[in-house]
Amino acid sequence: MNAIETKNLTYKYSVGTPFETTAVNDVSVCIEQGEFVGVIGHTGSGKSTLIQHLNGLLKQTSGEVLINGRNIWSKDVNIKDIRFEAGLVFQYSEYQLFEETVYKDIAFGPKNMGLSEEEIDRCVRKAAEQMGLDEELLERSPFDLSGGQKRRVALAGVIAMEPKILILDEPAAGLDPAGRDRVLEEISNYHKNSGTTILLVSHSMEDIVKYAKKVLVMNKGELFCYEDVDKVFSMAEELQKIGLDVPQITKLAQLLNKNGIDIGKDIYTVERAKERLLKIIKGNTDA
Amino acid sequence: MLKDITIGQYFPGDSVVHRIDSRFKIILDILYVVMLFVADNFISLAVAGIFILMAYAVSGIKAVMMLKSLKPIMPLILFTAILNLFFVNGTGDPLVEWWIITIHEEGITTAIFMIVRIVCLIIGMSLLTYTTSPIVLTDAIERLLSPLKKIKLPVHELAMMMTIALRFIPTLIEETDKIMAAQKARGAELDTGGLMKRAKALVPILIPLFVSAFKRANELAMAMECRCYKGGDGRTKLRQLKARPADYMVFMLVLTVLGFVIVDNVVF
Repeated sequence: MNAIETKNLTYKYSVGTPFETTAVNDVSVCIEQGEFVGVIGHTGSGKSTLIQHLNGLLKQTSGEVLINGRNIWSKDVNIKDIRFEAGLVFQYSEYQLFEETVYKDIAFGPKNMGLSEEEIDRCVRKAAEQMGLDEELLERSPFDLSGGQKRRVALAGVIAMEPKILILDEPAAGLDPAGRDRVLEEISNYHKNSGTTILLVSHSMEDIVKYAKKVLVMNKGELFCYEDVDKVFSMAEELQKIGLDVPQITKLAQLLNKNGIDIGKDIYTVERAKERLLKIIKGNTDA
Repeated sequence: MLKDITIGQYFPGDSVVHRIDSRFKIILDILYVVMLFVADNFISLAVAGIFILMAYAVSGIKAVMMLKSLKPIMPLILFTAILNLFFVNGTGDPLVEWWIITIHEEGITTAIFMIVRIVCLIIGMSLLTYTTSPIVLTDAIERLLSPLKKIKLPVHELAMMMTIALRFIPTLIEETDKIMAAQKARGAELDTGGLMKRAKALVPILIPLFVSAFKRANELAMAMECRCYKGGDGRTKLRQLKARPADYMVFMLVLTVLGFVIVDNVVF
C-alpha cells in the first residue's frame, strides 16, 4: 500500500481575489511505505505548501490526498488522527518549544493523542533516546539548551507521537556542521530502526544524496519528477536549468567531462567519482 | 484569518491625497471627525459622506479596501443599529408592534443615521493610514506632539515605539501563523472546546511568540546601538516635513465644508 498518495493535488492562495496564485499545480505522486524520500525544489517551488497538505494543515483547492489509503478529507476521517499518522516537523522547529521542561514538551503530542500516563512516559523516553537526548536533559528547561539540542527536542516532540510517516522541512537548517550531521544521523537511524516513511525537504544536495533513496523534485508548483537518486542526479543539467543546485562532486564531474575526461554523467558521490577516476588513470597506464 | 487585518496597511501612490503633508492630514482627519459629530441632519451627513467618497476617488484607493476596513467593526455597527432601531421612541404610532418589540419611524431613521456616521468615521480614519506610510505618520505625530516636550514628555521615544510596533505587526502575524501550524501538527486543538479549554490552548502559541518577540526586541536594540542611535536629542531627519501651498488649499477646503456643516446645523 502507498503511504502517501496525491491525485491531481492543486492548491491556490487567496482564491477569488486579485492576488490568486497557484502554489501547487496538479501534483500526482505515490510514495511507498518505508521509503526515504528527499524533496528538493527552488525557493517558492511549492515544497512547503505540498508537505502541509500531507497532514491536513492545508486543504487542497482540488484533487485528493490519501494517507495509508484513506482520503484525509472524507467525512469518516478525523483530521487529528491524520496529524498523528503523518508527523510534520517545520523549519526552525525549535520555535515551537513552550513547556517548562524538555520532558513536558516532548509529551505535548502524545498527550493530545489521549494516551495513558504510562504510554506517554514510554513514548517520551523512547523518542528522547532516539534523538540522542540524555536522560538528565529531560528535566531541564528547553530554553537553556544549545541550538542543536533544541532542534532535537522539537524533533523528538513529533517522533514521540510515533507517526508512520515523518515529514521534515529543512531539519538541519541553521545548525553548525556538527549539529547538522548529528540531527541527520539521528533521523537516518530512526528510519532504519522503525521503518517509518520519511520525507526530507532540504536545500543541501549532499544531504539528499547521502540519506535519500528517492527524490521528489518540484518546479514552479509542479512535480518535475519523482525518481531514484541515481536517475535524478544523472539529469544534473536539467536540474540546473530549473535553478537547482547539484552536489559539488557532480559539478566537478561536469567540468572533467567538458575538458575531455570522460568520467560519465552519473557522478554524485565522492566514492563513485574516485572509483571512476582510478579506472581512467589505470586504463591510461595500462595502455 | 490573521491576514485580514488592515491596521496600518499602506498603499503607495502619488495622488493629491497621498501628497498632502502628513501633519495636515492628521489635523484634517480630526476636523473630519468633528464634522461627523456636529452633523445632526441628513443633509450635512450626506455632505460629509460625499466628501470622504470623493477623497477616496481622488486617492485611487480601491472601493474594496473601504469595505475591508469596515469588516472588523461590523459587529459594532450592527449592534448600534439594532439598539437604535428598537429603543428610539417616536411621537407617531409604532410601525411594528409585536411582543416586546416596537419599532418607530424615528428608530429606523436614527439607525440609518448612526450606520452612516460610523461608516464615514471608519473609512475616514482608514484613508489616513491607507495613504500615509507608517514612518511618515509617526514623524508627523512626533512633530505635532513636540510642544509636549516642554512638560518632559518623551515624544521622540513614543514616536519611535509606534514606528517599531507598526513595523512588526506583519512579522508577528506571520510568526503566529507558523507557530499555530507547528502546534496543530502536534495535535493541538485551537478552535474547539469551551472557553477555558480554548484559553488553555493558547499557551503553546503565546509562549513561543513572546520568547521570540523578546529575542527580536533584544536584537533590534543591539542593532540600533551599533548604529549609534541615542534617542531624539540632536537627531536630524532624512525627510523634512514641509507644508506647501496645496496643503493650505486642502485645509481651506475642509474648513469650508466644516463651516457649511456647522452653519447648517446651528442656524437651521
